Amino acid sequence: MKRLIYIIFLTITPILCAQNNSKQEKTSFKVSGNCEMCKMRIEKAALSVKGVKYAKWNIPENQLTLVYNSKKLELIEIHNSIAQSGHDTSEIKAPLEIYNHLPICCLYIRDEKNKAPLK
Amino acid sequence: MKIKYYIYFFLCFINILSSQEIIKGKIVYKDNRETIALDGASVYWQGTSEGTITDVLGDFKLKISNKTNNLIISFLGFKTDTLEIVSIKKFVHFLIEDLSNNLDEVSVVERKKSAKLSFTKTQNTILVDANELLKAACCNLSESFETNPSIDVNFSDALTGTKQINMLGLKSPYILISEENIPMVRGASQAYGLTFTPGTWVESIQISKGTGSVVNGFESIAGQINTELKKPFTDTPFFLNLFGSKNGRLELNIQLNKKITKKWSTGLFIHSNQRNQKIDKNVDGFLDAPLSNQINILNRFQYTDPVKGLVIFYNWRFLNDKKQTGEITFDPDMNKNSTMIWGSEIDTQRFDTALKFGYVFPELPYKSFGLQTAYSTHDQKAYYGLRNFNIFHESFYSNLLYNSIFNNTTNKFKSGLNFSLDRYVENIDNQDFSRTDKNLGVFLEWSHDDLEKLSWTAGLRVDFNNNIGTFLTPRLHLRYTYDEKTIIRLSSGSGRKAANIFAENQSLFGSNRRIYIEKGSNPFYGLLPERAWNYGISLSRSLKLFNKNSNLIFDYYTTQFSNQVVVDVETQGRVLFYNLNGNSSAKSLQVTFDIDLTSRLLFKSAYKNDIVFIDYKSGNKQKQLVPKNRIFANLSWNSIKNIKNQQWLYDITIHHLGSQRLVENYTTPNGSNSPSYSIINTQLTRLLSETSEIYIGIENFGNYTQSIPIISSDQPFNTNFDSSQIWAPVFGRMIYGGFRYKI
Repeated sequence: MKRLIYIIFLTITPILCAQNNSKQEKTSFKVSGNCEMCKMRIEKAALSVKGVKYAKWNIPENQLTLVYNSKKLELIEIHNSIAQSGHDTSEIKAPLEIYNHLPICCLYIRDEKNKAPLK
Repeated sequence: MKIKYYIYFFLCFINILSSQEIIKGKIVYKDNRETIALDGASVYWQGTSEGTITDVLGDFKLKISNKTNNLIISFLGFKTDTLEIVSIKKFVHFLIEDLSNNLDEVSVVERKKSAKLSFTKTQNTILVDANELLKAACCNLSESFETNPSIDVNFSDALTGTKQINMLGLKSPYILISEENIPMVRGASQAYGLTFTPGTWVESIQISKGTGSVVNGFESIAGQINTELKKPFTDTPFFLNLFGSKNGRLELNIQLNKKITKKWSTGLFIHSNQRNQKIDKNVDGFLDAPLSNQINILNRFQYTDPVKGLVIFYNWRFLNDKKQTGEITFDPDMNKNSTMIWGSEIDTQRFDTALKFGYVFPELPYKSFGLQTAYSTHDQKAYYGLRNFNIFHESFYSNLLYNSIFNNTTNKFKSGLNFSLDRYVENIDNQDFSRTDKNLGVFLEWSHDDLEKLSWTAGLRVDFNNNIGTFLTPRLHLRYTYDEKTIIRLSSGSGRKAANIFAENQSLFGSNRRIYIEKGSNPFYGLLPERAWNYGISLSRSLKLFNKNSNLIFDYYTTQFSNQVVVDVETQGRVLFYNLNGNSSAKSLQVTFDIDLTSRLLFKSAYKNDIVFIDYKSGNKQKQLVPKNRIFANLSWNSIKNIKNQQWLYDITIHHLGSQRLVENYTTPNGSNSPSYSIINTQLTRLLSETSEIYIGIENFGNYTQSIPIISSDQPFNTNFDSSQIWAPVFGRMIYGGFRYKI
């Protein structure tokens, strides 16, 4: 009996806790950046949006993979949060003054086309 | 006007000057022997935004950077390369297609160090990759730590030439040694298990100090060492290694890998080593190293389906190992169990099989299942002089693991169930010590990472063991990034272990000490299970010294035993095993300093202080044969790889061991202390082409040996005879060489 209680407590409870009936959606888009520090900043910015479950940014491809709860948030909120951290996304360009304050190693080459900077 | 003109002129001049500092190159790749230019590959200086993109012909021009000379070349679908630019000659560079298809893997664009402290992991973990292992060409896992200051390599005895490893001042039984996360060197294989994994099979080693993770069991006390073997999916199709040394050791490794289908691949690894020369340089009548013969075969299958998120591994492995040692004139057919000539034979047969299954939900990359099952039999038959020791260990291990997150990936957890069964049939001089251990464990490990300053991993495990009872194992690791350059790590946790007193202390059989066990009613030879708490702190700081990258690391770990099986050889002619009555602790300080003197000349050094005190029946003493002070230094250099892929690699390591306490023997009735000494190992490697390389090295360059390795070697049937009190190498300077070939 004692065994069963421990087993339930340590395995089944966390699994149940982790489950909720939200709609999980997976997506990926481009986020500009260079290095490990960028990676940390980008992932943190993405995860700071409530409802984002998973964020992994890949250095060579500059691709951010996301899993988020599409009932809780709009995708553009994530773009916004990342742009505010100083990184251009495929939708929103980071404000120049934030970009300029990034550490030197993070100053990625900006793609000057199309996107209007975020106001 | 005039001034303006001058300024224009000056600017032009600067332009001319700097235009000389341009490198030109061409980026191409090979496709079925055809060379194809890569249009649009990005080329940039590491850590800067200075870069360019290749044109249709794969050509590029780029100004020399004053910040770095590491040039990074990347192109989607190819492996990212880092080149060190030392001249402005035009060059052609081949990129290699990246077939791994694993988008989760982050390719590291930094120049790789072959052994480095992980900055991002919560635990104090050192990663050792295959390049570091090549620095000591020999031969198996027990010898792969010679260039690593965290692990001490000692000889266990004067007979078998086996090397034993220590961590935090504690012997290897207190380290959980696993192979691809399945506990491997344990139980009956404790004495020689590390010699059963050939070095060339190893892809990487992770060394964690402190109690480690609850996922892999409750047995780790001083640390964990996990080895990853080469994976058939990514390893080269063919690999050959030949090794020979002046002490008569020959080794052969053949490794074949083949993709059966797109998703299935298989690998066949064959290893054989032997020594059939009788050598007795110290003229004590005993072989300096055993005659030996080992055959080791591993066959593995790997299934990888990245789309469905499924990975399967199946391995089977067979080992046959024979050792003969003792007096030079000993002939096993004639003199086995004779009272005239002392000899010993140790024969081991081992069979291992493992099935692993991993599933990652394709739409939810943070959620995964894993199942590991392993079965092994280990059959060792041995005699040491007149002492017979046989052990058969049958083991089943299974671990079911579920990974997921709380809320988002800053809070991850692992939970699971773990069942193991170990059946021992053990007998020594016809006394039976058989037993069966059954263990069911359940665990939960919660990892938090705020992606900036703080991360921690808290684990709890409950085990139900037929011989130990029900118990909790808590463990906590914490990492705090004080600033960009300073990291603080803390760890604490408990561990337990059943001491397999004979298997772990087999080296004592090479003596005529009588065995006494202070038996209680407990199932492990009448002795209690061992239990300890381990606490540690580690500070690491990266520094710029004279504009060179360097790291300074302080580690301090203490292990406090609440019970230990004390192995007491303090009295001449006896070995006593008893439960600890009083205190036993191991306090280990390590200060590591390394610096990149140039980008190709690296220096590592360490100072270690191990205070290991045990309450013996005769009083509280530093553990015998554990030096209080050790110094380690290593210098490694490599030349620039030329266009033909030729390169020189050079490595030199110095170990200095302080004085060690020696127990009493008939010549020194009150015990004594060994002198301090140093050992130098060195190796030179030449890469001849992309496929082949040769190496030559010298172990124990200074030719330092223990003058009398075996006590009373002239009277091996006298109670004074003891070959287990080894504090320095038995074998002097040893030259070796070898050849590696891969396709």
